[in-house]
Amino acid sequence: MASKTRKKRQGTAVDQAAGQPNGLALQLQVPAKPIHFKQTFETYPAGAYTHEELGLSREDLLAIYRNMLLQRRFEERAAQMYGKQKIGGFLHLYIGEEAVSTGSAWSIKIGHDSVITAYRDHGIALALGMTANECMAELFGKIDGCSRGKGGSMHFFKAEKKFFGGHGIVGGHVPLGVGIAFAHKYREDGGVCLTFFGDGAMGQGVVHEAMNLAALYKLPVVFIIENNQYAMGTAVWRAFANTEFYRYAANYNMPGALVDGMDVFSVIKAVRKYVALAREYQPSVLEIRTYRYRGHSMSDPAKYRTKEELEAKKKEDPIIRLKSYLLQHGLSTNEELDAIDGEVKKEVQASVEFSEKSPYPPLASIYEDVYVQPDYPFLA
Amino acid sequence: MAIMQFREAIRAAMIEEMERDERVFLIGEEVGQYDGAYKVSEGMLKRFGPKRVIDTPISEAGFAGLGIGAALNGLRPIVEFMTFNFSFVAFDQLVNNAAKIRYMSGGQFKIPIVFRGPNGAAGQLAATHSTSTESIYSYFPGLKVVAPSNPDDAKGLLKSAIRDDDPVIFLESELMYGMRGEVNEDPEYLIPLGKARIAREGEDVTIVAHSKSYWIAMEVADRLAAEGYSAEVIDPRTIRPFDFDTVVQSIKKTNRCVIIDESNPFASVSSEVAFQIQQRAFDYLDAPVLRVTAKDTPAPYAKNLIEYYMPSADAAYEACKQVMYVD
Ligand SMILES: Cc1ncc(C[n+]2csc(CCOP(=O)(O)OP(=O)(O)O)c2C)c(N)n1
Ligand SMILES: [Mg+2]
Repeated sequence: MASKTRKKRQGTAVDQAAGQPNGLALQLQVPAKPIHFKQTFETYPAGAYTHEELGLSREDLLAIYRNMLLQRRFEERAAQMYGKQKIGGFLHLYIGEEAVSTGSAWSIKIGHDSVITAYRDHGIALALGMTANECMAELFGKIDGCSRGKGGSMHFFKAEKKFFGGHGIVGGHVPLGVGIAFAHKYREDGGVCLTFFGDGAMGQGVVHEAMNLAALYKLPVVFIIENNQYAMGTAVWRAFANTEFYRYAANYNMPGALVDGMDVFSVIKAVRKYVALAREYQPSVLEIRTYRYRGHSMSDPAKYRTKEELEAKKKEDPIIRLKSYLLQHGLSTNEELDAIDGEVKKEVQASVEFSEKSPYPPLASIYEDVYVQPDYPFLA
Repeated sequence: MAIMQFREAIRAAMIEEMERDERVFLIGEEVGQYDGAYKVSEGMLKRFGPKRVIDTPISEAGFAGLGIGAALNGLRPIVEFMTFNFSFVAFDQLVNNAAKIRYMSGGQFKIPIVFRGPNGAAGQLAATHSTSTESIYSYFPGLKVVAPSNPDDAKGLLKSAIRDDDPVIFLESELMYGMRGEVNEDPEYLIPLGKARIAREGEDVTIVAHSKSYWIAMEVADRLAAEGYSAEVIDPRTIRPFDFDTVVQSIKKTNRCVIIDESNPFASVSSEVAFQIQQRAFDYLDAPVLRVTAKDTPAPYAKNLIEYYMPSADAAYEACKQVMYVD
């Protein structure tokens, strides 16, 4: 499979199929016969992979399980804290989508490779190993938050993890992912950039500009479309003439693949493969299909979908899936998994206490971080 | 007269104008099936159908441009931005196409379009979701900019904006949508663009404030009144064109002025108003014009910082006392 894609990269398969052999500056010949354009896209369905074939040990699996559960419990608590008005502004929960963040984080070299995403960013932050403390404190708007209380839920950042943020303008960060990848290639440091965005972002022109740039300059980036079926209240089919997002890859002569985001194994299998390609400067587009259980934000009652739809998706829950796998394969016991849950809950509870105690940022800090220049003359 | 929420007044203006004129339609994110992200367009899809209430993908540059194109070709679109923060991805459409095509075509085309939606900060939404855009859009000749402070003005001004033959940026606020007030129900009730409202007459100091800041001005005027000072409060209602005459007339009486504006201070509405005042009323001023604005920084998330960031009634009160030389 890998070799097939490599061939494409050299421009044999894709380009010739479109009737455009490489190497000619001008293409003036119009063929007499209709042009048939053919493209193959890999798929990574759920339930198709075993931990052995992914080379994951029992310990790896438990760590993956723990990480997904940490995201879930963290956000459940965050929702409660929002209700108590400890958290303000927008709070967008990732619950249901944890296999995407954890699977992706387990497929890169954290701290070496880069990650950038949109505002639904708590999951990936915790997947990259940011602490519940610094994340919860940011939600509380406290000085010990990962962004010193300046950014809030939508704007988590962590330089040491090469996590270039949570971003609030739909699609706006996608070219940044391309630029981060550009810097990796420029420095030849072997790093890649995972660039996450939602299905809704596919409506932004800048996303398409970014894809073309990445493909044109052969940059080490993997575009990961987290297709959770909705952009706020708009179902994908109501907003796109072509809802098969992986296919957009073909427009930019990149490989594209479709991945089931409710199975962390499928995510790991796919992201590893395309990260490896990116290291050889072949960008790609992964459409990962997933589902958000909660409303778009805390104020959204999600009336645009049926209970049945939600319940059906919950049956594919990525955490429950991994739990069943562990039990079925005799890799763990209910007791052990419950103990992990207990630990995670404690960790999250501790993060709430930590955030309560953490001070608010001092008022003078409002003028910090605007410029690097220390004595910038602000207007009073 | 009826008591209406701000959002209902805007809805009423849109409904009346759509019933009056076939060419008017509404387009934007979540305006139809979702009934509006802030429920401004609630029920409008049902009433007018999908031909005239149109849901879009998250493609601001695309649908803003679509609106301008439709206006060039004879329609009168209302384009809703979920918030004006997102108008920045459509900036080229607004400032190059909407603002300049009439000029560049030597007057062959007109662009009767309204871009509307919430503007400015609305709590702990952090830096990208808290921008006050009135100074930015007022910069561009070719655009008109309106920023009402209450439901009645919202209705009367929006109707005028929709009937106006030039592109209008119409700035609302998430925090005001629930505000109630008396609204004139006459379908021909129009408030002219470019005309300020003297909301409260006074002798001792003139306070100029639009949109949410207007309510700070009224609060400060009350506090001053309790101490025996009378403030004249002017709500400009339209930022471009700006009714400088009304402000200057007032200053000739009070000899002092404080401007309250949620924008960042540098090169902002308050800068221009203060400039015009010193040029037109220099001899009448007994004190420098002061202003109370957002801080000269991006908007922070933390609760204490965003409160500190926003112009406050306390700061405006202090500014008034300062120009009156009392403590
Ligand atoms: C340019 C822009 N337009 C509109 C918004 C308001 N908005 C915030 S999230 C969102 C939906 C995005 O959906 P999607 O990209 O699918 O991500 P998801 O929320 O599903 O994770 C919208 C319309 C925005 N933040 N930026
Ligand atoms: Mg989505």
